[in-house]
Amino acid sequence: MEDLFRRYGHTLTFAFMALVAFWLLALVILPNLTLFEASFRPYLPVTEIGGPKDTYSLDNYAKFLRNPSPWNVFGIELQAPLNVKTFLSTIFYSTIATFITFALSYPLAYYLAKVVQPKSLPTMILLLFIPLWVSEALRAFAWYIILTFNGPLNAVLVGIGLLEKPIRWQQGVLTGYDAVVIGLVYSYVLFMMFPIYGSIQSLDRNQIEASEDLGAKWWQTHWRVILPHAKPGIASGSVMVFMLSAGSLLVPSVLGSTNSNWFTQTIQQWMLESQDWNTGAAYSFLYILLCTVVVALAMWLFKVKLSDIAK
Amino acid sequence: MHKTRNFLFNLYFGLFLLYLFLPLAIMGGAAFNNNKLPSVYPWKGFTMTWFQQLLADQVMWTSFRNTILVALAVVVIAVPIGAAAAILINSISGRVRAALYGLMVAPILMPGAVIGISTLLFWNKASIPPGLHLSVLGQVSYIAAFVMLLVLARLQSFDSSLEEAALDLGASHAQVVRRILLPHLYPALGAGAAIAFFQSIENFNVTLFTRGTSNTLTVYVFSKVRSGITPTINALALLLILMTLVMATVYEVRRRRLAKVEAAREAEGRRAAALEEL
Repeated sequence: MEDLFRRYGHTLTFAFMALVAFWLLALVILPNLTLFEASFRPYLPVTEIGGPKDTYSLDNYAKFLRNPSPWNVFGIELQAPLNVKTFLSTIFYSTIATFITFALSYPLAYYLAKVVQPKSLPTMILLLFIPLWVSEALRAFAWYIILTFNGPLNAVLVGIGLLEKPIRWQQGVLTGYDAVVIGLVYSYVLFMMFPIYGSIQSLDRNQIEASEDLGAKWWQTHWRVILPHAKPGIASGSVMVFMLSAGSLLVPSVLGSTNSNWFTQTIQQWMLESQDWNTGAAYSFLYILLCTVVVALAMWLFKVKLSDIAK
Repeated sequence: MHKTRNFLFNLYFGLFLLYLFLPLAIMGGAAFNNNKLPSVYPWKGFTMTWFQQLLADQVMWTSFRNTILVALAVVVIAVPIGAAAAILINSISGRVRAALYGLMVAPILMPGAVIGISTLLFWNKASIPPGLHLSVLGQVSYIAAFVMLLVLARLQSFDSSLEEAALDLGASHAQVVRRILLPHLYPALGAGAAIAFFQSIENFNVTLFTRGTSNTLTVYVFSKVRSGITPTINALALLLILMTLVMATVYEVRRRRLAKVEAAREAEGRRAAALEEL
């Protein structure tokens, strides 16, 4: 700290500190504290704010547990509050999407890091980056066009005789969330691929060759040498894809149907349709909790530091 | 063995590219279909109507302008904040550093919707109504973290004894920053500005909750996709994709030319060395 004063003088150092203070206080800490505080207050008309009814309570959080409805979990009939069901489904299908993106990304990341000629690598990476620059709304919309009832996918599948009649993909075939998961995987697969690629790249090729020379089968080399080395990348990619999926509003809104509610959509309804910002705040806080738990879980599971995850 | 393996890998890469690009191609193709719904199937003939309708759409142009303005504002605010944060955190160590670092990267991991809502509630308390200015502040809160990470990485290769030397030779603090620190950071600041700009253009979640009644391009696209849906949106998509392709091609051509110049220079160096040996 004194070092900064010595190098840049008082004026500049204070300017740096003021900028950082503005960021962390006005843009990060205070807004989140406001959110936390608002989540315990009732939703009142403007005239009654600050009046006798404006007291702290857990009512907004209690709404989370209201409206029990039947829920079919893999053939077992359960009773669960509607919002809890949405929350758990969001977590579950975000996890599925994370696993699928990992399965798709790992071979590709290994290929780019260790198989491809270094000369053609920049071109290949550029090719992969192009779809990333196309807006997320449009990427979800592209799948909407493909999956619609009268769309090209049904036309092709019926045309080659794989299907007898067109399917309503957006209503779901396996689960109600098929189309949403397809859209999430398509939108976020590269957020998994690039971190894994980065971590495999730093692995010394000699280690792979040594393992092969010592008689390891290809899958043993991957399991015992490459995967452990790629751990920080996998952790980073998984947290990224999970958080992006669970926090996505575009993909579920464009590709979802009435029986595939996403928790962001629930929040959006409270905030923008009911205009009940206090309940919206309470639900947002649940998201922050989820986010914290997931990051902590990943750090513990993969034994990595926060600086490995957020890169 | 290696031949089959390489073949399979190349095949996988090809299929993966197809998987990434085919949906975009289908979406773009639908822009020319003379069908009231956005689809390539059934094909009802070629038309340019949707492009004409798009270019005549005033709302689209306003949204486009707003997007650019918001993105520029985000760059102007987030780059100095991110750079200052990196310089600050680079000069401290221990627990304080870990805590500050955690606080700074937390917004990257937080869902955009939550950032949008907390920004809205906080400024609303200060009686500042929602609007694009709040979208800017909300976006800066996490985009500054990207800039911070980039600048911090660049600072690792910074030789601070240069600053010492300048100070010993009588340079002022402002001169040290302008002549020594900033020139070293330029690549990271440039990359940070580019990332900030594109992140801002892409942003939907934060903007949706803070925008008030103004539109940005992503919000416009979203409302189009959800409501009436005409293929004008495909026309817009195609134009945006083409723009991306042009940018990527320019970048690639430049990179190859630079690589060629580099290779020529190296060859010349080798020839010169060989001549000297003779």
